[in-house]
Amino acid sequence: MKQRLFLALALAAVLAGCASGVKLDDVPVDDRAGTGAAVPGGGPGAGGQSQVQPVQADSAAANRAGPANVARIVFFDYDSYVIKPEFQSLIDAHARFLKANNGRRIVIEGHTDERGGREYNLALGQRRSEAVRRALGLLGVTDAQVEAVSFGKEKPAAPGSDETAWAQNRRAEISYR
Amino acid sequence: MNNTPSRMHVPKLKRRALVALAGAAAAAPALAQFRVEVTGVGLTQLPIAVAPFRGDAELQQKIGAIVQADLERSGRFRAIDGSAGAGLDETSRPDLSPWRQKTADSLAVGSATRLADGRFDVRFRLWDVVRGQSLMAEGFVVVAADLRLAAHRIADMIYEKLTGEKGVFSTRIAYVTKAATRYNLWVADADGENAQSALASSEPIISPAWSANGKQLAYVSFESRKPVVYVHDVATGNRRLIANFRGSNSAPAWAPDGRSLAVTLTRDGGSQIYTIAATGGEARRLTQSGSIDTEPLYTADGRSLYFVSDRGGSPQVYRMPSNGGEPQRVTFTGTYNISPSLSPDGRWLAYISRISGAFKLQVMELATGNVQSVTDTTADESPSFAPNGRLIIYATRQGGAEALMTTTLDGKIKARLPGRGGDIREPDWGPFQR
Repeated sequence: MKQRLFLALALAAVLAGCASGVKLDDVPVDDRAGTGAAVPGGGPGAGGQSQVQPVQADSAAANRAGPANVARIVFFDYDSYVIKPEFQSLIDAHARFLKANNGRRIVIEGHTDERGGREYNLALGQRRSEAVRRALGLLGVTDAQVEAVSFGKEKPAAPGSDETAWAQNRRAEISYR
Repeated sequence: MNNTPSRMHVPKLKRRALVALAGAAAAAPALAQFRVEVTGVGLTQLPIAVAPFRGDAELQQKIGAIVQADLERSGRFRAIDGSAGAGLDETSRPDLSPWRQKTADSLAVGSATRLADGRFDVRFRLWDVVRGQSLMAEGFVVVAADLRLAAHRIADMIYEKLTGEKGVFSTRIAYVTKAATRYNLWVADADGENAQSALASSEPIISPAWSANGKQLAYVSFESRKPVVYVHDVATGNRRLIANFRGSNSAPAWAPDGRSLAVTLTRDGGSQIYTIAATGGEARRLTQSGSIDTEPLYTADGRSLYFVSDRGGSPQVYRMPSNGGEPQRVTFTGTYNISPSLSPDGRWLAYISRISGAFKLQVMELATGNVQSVTDTTADESPSFAPNGRLIIYATRQGGAEALMTTTLDGKIKARLPGRGGDIREPDWGPFQR
């Protein structure tokens, strides 16, 4: 059953992938050699001690379909990871969808505004994604369906360095995989 | 008075440097260029003149200019115009009296000669202008791709001869640029030149960290739409995903023996610090708190870890035994102290403090707890000490653009590496090269 569901999903994704460029494969977990173009005649060290071999990283799969007509972004106040009441209906809708489709998985991506250090913001963004994960868990969504990660301040939704932009960037995005 | 040049001593750079590869130098992108911006005056700067090297006119890499810029950026030297020394080389017996009149204490002269096989013979001599003595004479044979390295090594030798400390000019730095939606992890000379791409990605790259042997970089890549930690051999491009646990994986810090790293993982809920083998495998948890624990950093002896935690209600720097144990708080001023970097001798801690809404590079003398703010910018990030502990490289914003800066510990001498057509950030200063 599980396998058949997976195949069906995989097929759907492949079909969707024709148009959207979505990739099924996760990034490989083991060693990866450089895929950058080799310098002609260049072996290790051939360019002297200053030589660096370039590598090209390919971006992995993006978003897939979730519940229709339901927003996917929860916004937060400055220095806060409390989910505000106006986002409860959004959380409820995703929880219903995930419980009805228990083969589906989501990744919750936490984000911060641009102020402060990159690593510390990564930890703060994680608190936001964990808050959404816990809220879904309280509504009965299983842990296996949900992964909470953070992008810190690396992927702002809005450019700019004012409160308007910052407010749009303090968020957690729900991404169906 | 000994005006007779002694016999040249000509050691060779490592053997593989002798293999020529014309393509490599041409393919290396010249991304960025350091400008030395002296914003203060050091008290004990040594006045030195560096003459153009004989052969510089035919070279893209002007050896004399590179040596002079290196010495100036260190904050320990004051450059005296050396152009009057054009025509001199290491075999010359210069009349030193005009240099004495220019108040130079030292004069460096040299040459770069192309050999029949395409390599270069680079030689120099350092004169004590006051005593009229030859202080040292050295030379290298290098491929064209290593001409800059040869210049940096000459600057290192002069620096060490005149200050008694090791120079850092032949070390390398890593940093990240973002141009449109392309991210690049670069490996460059310590002056920011000769940048070569180690990794290009359409997703962010942060927190590069050099291994103690200077051959590998650990970093956080978002290429799989979540933060994971790679260990990457820069010479070969081979890399290994060492931390890809459920949740976020970040903040890699090498143990000094290079066999393991400390990382921040969220697989058990919040951001906590773990240790993991450099080859990957299971992670062992080091901190046990319900708070954020991140940005680990090993002491040189590997026995302690500095890290950032908000267990006291605001992010502060703590220190604990590296195999776990009771942490002790290190920073006490202010409500936001992050991104610790330790000088190699363990005397100084650099970190970023939020002061009245601005993010400022701070330098603390650990023995006394005295803290000094060393910049006039407001978005400082990611400090990293030079391996001789005399300079700090950090990221900041200047004129609305991201920039990399170096500063002396007292903040008096700064140099800027401006980004060209993109943002530039996340510097990490590599170790001494053997």
